[in-house]
Amino acid sequence: MADLTDLGVAAIRDGVRVGAFSAREVADAFIVNVSRAKQLNAFLVETPEHAIAAANAADAARAAGETLKPLAGVPIGMKDLFCTRGVPTTAASHILEGFTPPYESTVSQNLWDAGAGMLGKLNMDQFAMGSSNETSYFGNVLSPWRRSDGGNAPLAPGGSSGGSSAAVSARLCPGATGTDTGGSIRQPAAFTGISGIKPTYGRCSRWGTIAFASSLDQAGPMARDVRDCAILLEAMAGFDPKDATSLHLDVPAWEHGLSNSMAGKRVGVPKEYRVEGMPEEIEALWQSGIDWLRDAGAEIVEVSLPHTKYALPAYYIIAPAEASSNLARYDGVRYGLRDLPEGAGLQDMYAATRADGFGAEVKRRIMIGTYVLSAGFYDAYYTQAQKIRTLIARDFERAWEQCDVLLAPTAPSAAFALGEKSADPIAMYLNDVFTVPSSLAGLPAMSVPGGLDKAGLPLGLQIIGKPLDEQGVLNAGLAIEERAGFTARPESWW
Amino acid sequence: MSVDTNTVKRIAGLARIAISDEDAARLAPELDNILGWIEQLGEVDTAGVEPTAAVVPNATRLRDDVINADPLTGGGIRDLLMANAPEAEHGFFTVPKVIE
Repeated sequence: MADLTDLGVAAIRDGVRVGAFSAREVADAFIVNVSRAKQLNAFLVETPEHAIAAANAADAARAAGETLKPLAGVPIGMKDLFCTRGVPTTAASHILEGFTPPYESTVSQNLWDAGAGMLGKLNMDQFAMGSSNETSYFGNVLSPWRRSDGGNAPLAPGGSSGGSSAAVSARLCPGATGTDTGGSIRQPAAFTGISGIKPTYGRCSRWGTIAFASSLDQAGPMARDVRDCAILLEAMAGFDPKDATSLHLDVPAWEHGLSNSMAGKRVGVPKEYRVEGMPEEIEALWQSGIDWLRDAGAEIVEVSLPHTKYALPAYYIIAPAEASSNLARYDGVRYGLRDLPEGAGLQDMYAATRADGFGAEVKRRIMIGTYVLSAGFYDAYYTQAQKIRTLIARDFERAWEQCDVLLAPTAPSAAFALGEKSADPIAMYLNDVFTVPSSLAGLPAMSVPGGLDKAGLPLGLQIIGKPLDEQGVLNAGLAIEERAGFTARPESWW
Repeated sequence: MSVDTNTVKRIAGLARIAISDEDAARLAPELDNILGWIEQLGEVDTAGVEPTAAVVPNATRLRDDVINADPLTGGGIRDLLMANAPEAEHGFFTVPKVIE
């Protein structure tokens, strides 16, 4: 039998259904891969018992002749931003060390209800703040990829969903959850040669997902191909009365609706994304994407999104502002870490706990957020940023008069080495230059692998869609996937 | 505008994050650099533009006015709520003395 860990979500689901193998065999195979990959540091907590219980339930249901659930037999990885009942959840921070949620996030509950099992909790940038997974309190995640020049420089798996991207590309799980605030699903997917989609804001409930920037945070799946993303997203999404921003809409049958034909569709190429200093290889990949979609029947149109260059600085006001408010809850009183210096009063306890419990990048963002919201600066920074956000959303609305989806690179470079950008916050922030605008506008967007650069590292193409048009995004992704023929995978060294 | 060490200390105070003099001195140019980069937003003419309130139009819902509609977010779960408290006593969260 072929190695079961080479199979994706759809193949596992279908194989379990027809009895080609048991769900338990699948779970056991991935559990072994997880246990052998400690070097990658992708998992913070391993939960083989959860995966085995779900697998046994799937096998029992099949033996009893019952109809199997949509994800029966599929073990997944869960980003540690999702609260999981009885399983420690830290958002890769020290301040939440020892926190064991007494409740389950809606997104994870939806996945368990669909029959999925959990292999473990995945490492990430602390509180999802970072683009390289270097801000985790529990150490860097190493990308399974290495440059083909023979050098062994450890590479960033992207962030903030770096444990998810590393685990999927290293075959430690067939799919994983991610969250995307400014690109945290798409950029790590691009860095590791996998697919990932951020749905329209409001599709996935935020309830039980540790908050970073609530007007931007959105969960989504990361998997090896477009179909697998569609399957997982169907299970994750759905109306939730417990989240006031949850959209009261039925979940479309995205997998059933998959089509590789772009006939009659117009693909917009935003000219402002052609930034100065863009590596030639990214430019060439973008052109290939254009050619592939044209080959699939699409008409290509150039569009303009004039406020693109302001998206990143606006994001770095809005996201830290919301973070400074959301992270005020970590006070050393109700849960998590408490640091009480000898003789300290309440205010000193707050300050000591937060100084000790938050990492450098988290503190930096809380401070920026506090500054831009402070008396006298609020209008100049926060209100101005929210007005620019309106203009960015308006740019997209105008573009939709000319096209159905937009095509752009996912990130301005391939994966960089760990440590290469961590000294310069702005250089790190610039990683999200192509992903942040659609986040600010709440639009669905996905990254699919397009090819390799000269060093043998994956590069991703990004498709951005109209609000609620995940189907259009997935279909364009599928058209690219079929033409890109991306089969490269990291060779195991771990 | 430039961010100096005193500003950093004031902001850290507002954010309830203890900070040493060295850290404040190290952070000042860093934050100054980031805020300087953000300042380019000032060049955009936003006269007459409404700030974004909600990114996807969505009506506010009301739920039925019933007690404990969701057992997990309703009442009567004190022990569950306090299970993760670093220090809890007799069903209360404890804090150091607040009044002098």
